[in-house]
Amino acid sequence: MSSPRTPPASTTGQVAPDRSTVSGSLGLVRILLPIVVLAAGIAAWSLVVRINDIPPYVLPGPQAVFETLLRDWPILSQSLVTTLLTTLEGFVAAAVGGILLALLFNQSKWLEYSLFPYAVILQVTPVIAIAPLLLIYLPQHTAVIVCAWIVGFFPVLSNTTLGLNSVDRNLAGLFQLYGASRLQTLRYLKLPAALPFILGGLRIAGGLSLIGAVVAEIAAGSAGAGSGLAYRIAESGYRLNIPRMFAALLLLSAAGIVIYGLLALVSHLILRRWHESALRKEN
Amino acid sequence: MPDPALSENVLGSLAVSLRGATKRYDNGLLALGPLDLDVRQGEFVSLLGPSGCGKSTALRLIAGLTTPTSGTVHVSRRNSQTRAGRDIGFVFQEPTLMPWASVRENVRLPLKLAHTPPPEANARVDQALAQVGLGEFAGAFPRELSGGMKMRVSLARALVTDPDILLMDEPFAALDEITRFRLNNDLLKLWRDLRKTVIFVTHSVFESVYLSQRVIVMTARPGRIAAEFRIDAPQPRQEDFRTSVEYAGYCRIVSNALAPLHQGQPV
Repeated sequence: MSSPRTPPASTTGQVAPDRSTVSGSLGLVRILLPIVVLAAGIAAWSLVVRINDIPPYVLPGPQAVFETLLRDWPILSQSLVTTLLTTLEGFVAAAVGGILLALLFNQSKWLEYSLFPYAVILQVTPVIAIAPLLLIYLPQHTAVIVCAWIVGFFPVLSNTTLGLNSVDRNLAGLFQLYGASRLQTLRYLKLPAALPFILGGLRIAGGLSLIGAVVAEIAAGSAGAGSGLAYRIAESGYRLNIPRMFAALLLLSAAGIVIYGLLALVSHLILRRWHESALRKEN
Repeated sequence: MPDPALSENVLGSLAVSLRGATKRYDNGLLALGPLDLDVRQGEFVSLLGPSGCGKSTALRLIAGLTTPTSGTVHVSRRNSQTRAGRDIGFVFQEPTLMPWASVRENVRLPLKLAHTPPPEANARVDQALAQVGLGEFAGAFPRELSGGMKMRVSLARALVTDPDILLMDEPFAALDEITRFRLNNDLLKLWRDLRKTVIFVTHSVFESVYLSQRVIVMTARPGRIAAEFRIDAPQPRQEDFRTSVEYAGYCRIVSNALAPLHQGQPV
């Protein structure tokens, strides 16, 4: 700051606080604000239920939901584990299937032209409409995993394809110059270059696998053989056990947040040394 | 050698020889040639011309990254059994480093692709990094380096296979002048020490005269040889050469040859 523009000494302490404090308190605000909103929302919810004296089978208050969560924990936790396992299986299938398909497409244009439209069709057809059909032809456990796979694999496939095609042309020329084999080019050039894209696809697929698992469970739930969280929600609905519906929903949301957070963390840890997306902003 | 054109050359054996080489792109555009070019072993030659005159295409032909539409490209190899890359080092206009790999891994790449045993590869990577003055930065990632240092890594990678021929495609064009001058000097020192054949593409008259034994001025598309100048200033050339009357004189001659070739060309 040049001297003519320096504000009067008495105010400098207030107008120019330390830069690190500003970013530090900004970070705190970013954590605190959503918590405040959550607390306000719960308080309003509780208030509305109490003032209007709404019975719990219409709308339970937050306290009733929380109590149900604790009381039914043995059942709900078991259902949570079932749903998470299904999601994990679907996610792994989506990741492996999506990446392998993209690699195949990358090696052979013929294969890509032949199959890619069907991957798109599979993606745009609502999974909720496919699930009942799958349940007819496949064992229930397999059908649920296939549902999770169908919704999860496409973002992995399309992102991986994008990544494999985004290789720097000069680097590709360099590999050609040094006589790299197809496998070497794939391993040392294409896969590392595609990694940020693949991780982005996996982050989307994680949440979608959960959705796929829930959709399939609900579809199967009406057949009466499931035991996951979505099945609990459907079952509690029939029994007008509304607090348990809310508790199960709460767990599903938490599971989705944790899945997303974990995948974002993994992605950050893998990319932090070199990729723009994982680097801190320069001051 | 059976080719009569080659026997004219009495000064030394040829490293690179192009005869009537042309390159026509798929869209029918003739980018280069016909081009006749001989480069002796150990010679430092610059191809000078404006952007889009086919200089880079000529370099890619020599490197074997693309094939000529007609004519022949002959590159002498120490051992005809070795694969293309080992005898040629290529430095692109961009540093062209793998952002996910450390400096050491970037330089090691050509050796890794050639399945060089790790102990030998390590020694050669260390040597190449020392040659460009980056020994201490082996563990750094490309994004942590300045533009000049990235270019040095690129140069080390080209040198790590100990190639006979170094092809450089406007390597310092994107750098600031101070960094460019330093890299010019370092490159000249490497060339004097290692006696490699260097074919250097540039659009800078001053850079070509400073570095080369021979400057080849090229016409606009399709790129052909318009004029050739021998720069007989003795080595080692240092900063004082840059400010000498002799240097200014060479630059004037080359500039005068270059200017009329591109008048009226769209830029």
